[in-house]
Amino acid sequence: MTFSFERFSATRRLILQGAGSVALAGLGNLIALPALAAANDKYPEDAFKQKGDKDAIQALYGRSAEASDKVKLDAPEIAENGAVVPISVTTTLENVTSISFLVSGNPNALAASYQIPEGTLPVVANRLKMQQTSNVIAIVEAGGKLYSATKEVKVTVGGCGG
Amino acid sequence: MPIRRREFLKLSGAAALSALPRFARAADVASIYDLERFGNARILHLTDTHAQLKPVYFREPSVNIGLGAMAGQPPHLVGKAFLDRFGIKPDSADAYAFTCVDFEKSAPRFGKLGGFAHLKTLIDRLRGDVGEARTLLLDGGDLWQGTGLANAMQGADMVEAANLLGIEAMTGHWEFTYGEAALRANLAGFKGEFLAQNVFLTEEAAFNDAKAFDPASGRVFKPATIKELGGYRVAVIGQAFPYVPVAHPKRFTPDWTFGIHDDELSTLVNDLRAREKVDAVILLSHNGMDVDLKLAGRITGIDVILGGHTHDAVPQPVPVKNVGGTTLVTNAGSNGKFLGVLDLELGKGKVSGVRYRLLPVFSELLKPDPAMTALIDRLREPHAAWFDKIATTDRLLYRRGNFSGPMDQLICDALRSELDAEIALSPGFRWGTTALAGQALTMEDVLGETAITYPETYVQSMTGAEIKAVLEDVCDNLFNPDPYYQQGGDMVRTGGLSYVCAPAEGMGKRISELRLDSGRPIEAGKRYKVAGWASMNAQAGKPVWDVFANHLRAGTTPRAHGSGVTLKGIDGNPGIVGQG
Repeated sequence: MTFSFERFSATRRLILQGAGSVALAGLGNLIALPALAAANDKYPEDAFKQKGDKDAIQALYGRSAEASDKVKLDAPEIAENGAVVPISVTTTLENVTSISFLVSGNPNALAASYQIPEGTLPVVANRLKMQQTSNVIAIVEAGGKLYSATKEVKVTVGGCGG
Repeated sequence: MPIRRREFLKLSGAAALSALPRFARAADVASIYDLERFGNARILHLTDTHAQLKPVYFREPSVNIGLGAMAGQPPHLVGKAFLDRFGIKPDSADAYAFTCVDFEKSAPRFGKLGGFAHLKTLIDRLRGDVGEARTLLLDGGDLWQGTGLANAMQGADMVEAANLLGIEAMTGHWEFTYGEAALRANLAGFKGEFLAQNVFLTEEAAFNDAKAFDPASGRVFKPATIKELGGYRVAVIGQAFPYVPVAHPKRFTPDWTFGIHDDELSTLVNDLRAREKVDAVILLSHNGMDVDLKLAGRITGIDVILGGHTHDAVPQPVPVKNVGGTTLVTNAGSNGKFLGVLDLELGKGKVSGVRYRLLPVFSELLKPDPAMTALIDRLREPHAAWFDKIATTDRLLYRRGNFSGPMDQLICDALRSELDAEIALSPGFRWGTTALAGQALTMEDVLGETAITYPETYVQSMTGAEIKAVLEDVCDNLFNPDPYYQQGGDMVRTGGLSYVCAPAEGMGKRISELRLDSGRPIEAGKRYKVAGWASMNAQAGKPVWDVFANHLRAGTTPRAHGSGVTLKGIDGNPGIVGQG
């Protein structure tokens, strides 16, 4: 058994740092195109400030997403370490323009949002910092519509297994 | 003891005739291990022996609750409901082996079960019956941990025993808690193969070129092996315990990541069938039975899942339908009490017939193998000091059960009195043997309840809210409605603390009415002195076995208390003795 009751405090900054470092390791090609992202959009400050997942999606995209089995979200059932939960998303949808991750149970739900330039494989791996057990939502924007996949990831103090 | 033996033979013969006709057919009393021939290949399955080289007493649970779709379904049946479900006669040797019914009455009559020397005799016989080339011996893990000897030797004793027994492939769980170096050293001496399709390098470890079986996939171990049995190709896939770094300190496996990995497993199965043209696929699993039952419904192409981890002794396989056909799911008990015998009728590209038996290993019916006996004696000899009596128990002591057992109550007593704490918490492990009233307890027995690689005790100050959070967290590991979110193991044991538990509620809503022994409610904001062991964080306190042994030596009468847990909202559930 273990007892660790630290709650992480600095939310948005830490999440973004985590996202950035993973993008460096796994997806250098996206990072290499900052000019494009910058040209398209400014930093979606309002979306990152939203508490709940629905509000964040609305703030980011201005509409809601429909669940789709064409969005494949790979995430652990039980996190080995809630501070770094590896997730990835792939999709068979065409014309993907952005992919975003949300953690419903975090103080601010939106964890990361990626612009997907034309001609890029829509595959993003990320690490999420999770405060507690909650749904992780992947949003794929394709052809002007929003699609989602959701999986519950359990964050446990662990121990006491047999 | 000739009288006891005769009585045993008579009774077990009767049991064989009337109670389990499907498994034991012959009328001859000596025949419970004479199996009718079936098919053209035989796979023998051991799991969760927890390094018990010698025969043991082990009482099966009187509380093993299943909820939702699992309510009243195997393995969540206990006592009479279990006997009824599987047609086992009360008062029979099988009733004693498979359930807790009349345990204290039956234990002296039917004796201890298991033991590697007895297993060796039985296994050799069952392999000889069908011919060595048509048989396979598999171990589902938790082979290297559970005794003081295994802990002291980091499992090396069990590698020797496994080699002599002839184990050809295994997977793991507690094996990982010795750390990578010890695990690899053991595997270098193991004559069989260690299989795990669901253990991968972490990204950092892969980046740093850590050792892997297959650097491309990141798989640390060989995922599967193909064995030729009587001209047919049988694939055996290993599925290690998916939650090693969650259930145990992460420091033992810093470079490895686990998980169930359905998709990778499915790809592997399809690959074995399409490219390797195997005739049968067996999953050697340490998922736990509920997880295996869910997995069997999601993945196609597996013929049989030979399961372990949850220590469920299930006499018959559970057939699970999926889009590709049916997968059989078994679970083969623990502590060497049982040997699973899977007879297969193999055809080209398919299994056309299956017969399964879970044989209790009655040590009094089997002559111990001399070579294995000599090996066990040699391994135990340096630890003779552990065999001296340190106390005599005045009552039955067992551990297994969802919430509590007298063995753990005694450990909680020890923690509270030796470490001067008002509350004790003790992990809900499912291993650890049973002691009968009047039995001498030795250091070997104490270690058999406590021997882990993170035995250090702690004393810490916790708020009532933190204590409740711990109980809720562990309770969800046990009763989450989705098996993929369960880790196995039982509820954390408490001393000095009682509570009400509603297993069917959601996370955070199961635990209520926490009270100290005095009856005073535990307050969320107030601090309490809590002692425990098996912490996920490194601790510096004395090993729990010394705390436990000191307490036994002091001869304190155990506190008179019940389990401390009142269950709510599960009336009629046949996972509780006396219900259903």
